Amino acid sequence: MSEITPELVRHLAGLARILVSDEEVEQFTKQLSVIADSVAHVSKAIDADTPSTSHPIAMANVFREDVVEPSLSQAEALSGAPDSADGRFKVNAILDEE
Amino acid sequence: MTDLIRKTASELAALISSGEVSSVEVTRAHLERSDAVDAAVHSYLYQSPEASLIAAAEADRARAAGEVSSPLAGVPIAVKDNLATIDAPTTSGSKILQGWQPPYDATVVKKLRAAGMPILGKTNLDEFAMGSSTEFSAFGPSKNPWDLTRIPGGSGGGSSSVVASFQAPLAIGSDTGGSIRFPGAVTGTVGTKPTYGAVSRYGLVALASSLDQIGPVARNVLDAAMLQDVIAGHDPHDSTSLPESLGSMTAAAKKLDVKGMRFGVIKQLAGDGFQPGVAARFRESLNLLAAAGAEIVEVDCPSFEYAIAAYYLILPAEASSNLAKFDSVRFGMRVEPGEKATIERVMAATREVGFGPEVKRRIILGTYALSSGSYDKFYGAALKVRTLIQRDFDAAFAKADILVSPTAPTTAFKFGDKIDDPLAMYLNDIATIPANLAGIPGISVPNGLAEEDGLPVGIQLLAPAREDARLYQAGAWLEKAHEEIWGKRMIDFAPELEVN
Repeated sequence: MSEITPELVRHLAGLARILVSDEEVEQFTKQLSVIADSVAHVSKAIDADTPSTSHPIAMANVFREDVVEPSLSQAEALSGAPDSADGRFKVNAILDEE
Repeated sequence: MTDLIRKTASELAALISSGEVSSVEVTRAHLERSDAVDAAVHSYLYQSPEASLIAAAEADRARAAGEVSSPLAGVPIAVKDNLATIDAPTTSGSKILQGWQPPYDATVVKKLRAAGMPILGKTNLDEFAMGSSTEFSAFGPSKNPWDLTRIPGGSGGGSSSVVASFQAPLAIGSDTGGSIRFPGAVTGTVGTKPTYGAVSRYGLVALASSLDQIGPVARNVLDAAMLQDVIAGHDPHDSTSLPESLGSMTAAAKKLDVKGMRFGVIKQLAGDGFQPGVAARFRESLNLLAAAGAEIVEVDCPSFEYAIAAYYLILPAEASSNLAKFDSVRFGMRVEPGEKATIERVMAATREVGFGPEVKRRIILGTYALSSGSYDKFYGAALKVRTLIQRDFDAAFAKADILVSPTAPTTAFKFGDKIDDPLAMYLNDIATIPANLAGIPGISVPNGLAEEDGLPVGIQLLAPAREDARLYQAGAWLEKAHEEIWGKRMIDFAPELEVN
């Protein structure tokens, strides 16, 4: 049985920075329980010696020559920002005032 | 104009190159088709006829001046809306990016422009490419031109429906677990997921970076091959881009020979439990191949049993990390939750409003799979299953040059059938997911119509990494064999759409 509880869904949504309504918590708890149960058997397929694959095609790291190339201007980089000021991204307060 | 829109991309390229028709005429014919049918089909999220025609006029000027940009010069194309375009909004099917206009072009888009291919518009998709039906697009679903009450596949249902409804001869898709191949199968069109790294992902809104691959969507195999030749190649902007060329897909598609090729039928995907018409057409194609001198062998891939589970852990894990960039700071939507609007509250409020249900579900699932206490038994285990799947493929390709299966278990289902049951939706991808986990190339080719519903089914061909050419060689042969049996192209069986 799944360990997905409404409290866990609320906690995970908080970690992922998504506000969720009570309705969504109820729905996601049900749906994620079914999904989690259905994927739980992955751990049965493997043993401790099975190596992990995080990338499908083996590749060596590559470096490019250290030469300056054209890049976005400051204005272009800010062009999609919801708010900006003095050539910077403008955001709300980081800390709560209380 | 009707005859222009029904032509293949290679035919159009030849007509344009010889000067018989202009790119402007071809582009205008497709734009007029969209005016007539897209209100019903809803393939496009955005079109700018003016910009398309300017690009077409430039292609005509270049041709007249003797400049040859590519074998597809002047042929217009539609682009999935998760590719960055400097001159058009790029939403990825999400409200959170509504109205965002990127300050740069994706590498693939740059290549299309350099190839002289006018862009007709941006096509619909499930939000951030999460889905199999386009029902999760924030801007409403696209319809299957064969039956407007049915899904066109997903996530790239905009790109499949746009070529199936003759609004574009070609389109670009992206395939993370089948998002090019499944839509191809259910709309009677061709879709390829190239080898991972064959096509640059720079400028693709990332879903799961180790699985995503951009590829061609077309109405026949040769057109798809020609398009892959245009968009493939190393890109210094994508660190996972393959350094080597994979050769000419166009040349492979023209060989039309399968004699002596070994086709491996994957025991786990041989059609058991699939819709009867899908399984029947699959067996017929095996007989066709055998009659033409190909060798049919059975291969066993026992780990495929775990492929969907591994995929639905790896994908959400990577997506939860990739989608963290939608933080209401650098681009996209910002929602202020009223008083005490700290950046964290703004972020959470923005993501609540900006993301749809499937995206939230997968981000939360991915966060769970990666969280301490769950990591080893979920994400960690899934990465190990990925190794087992690669080993299964390695063993199978020792016995066969190409592996074959139906592309999907069923024909196009009806809208609403699976929307409330995420697991049922995920099971559509049972045949397509293993290729993404292993990074190998796959193609879906039209494989006749299912007897019980008259809807198109697809056959999937898989090849070892970097052997994309085999898919085009065998795919083009199968396509020709089917056209000889059925008397015309599969797409020509699609009912006429009512025009406005």
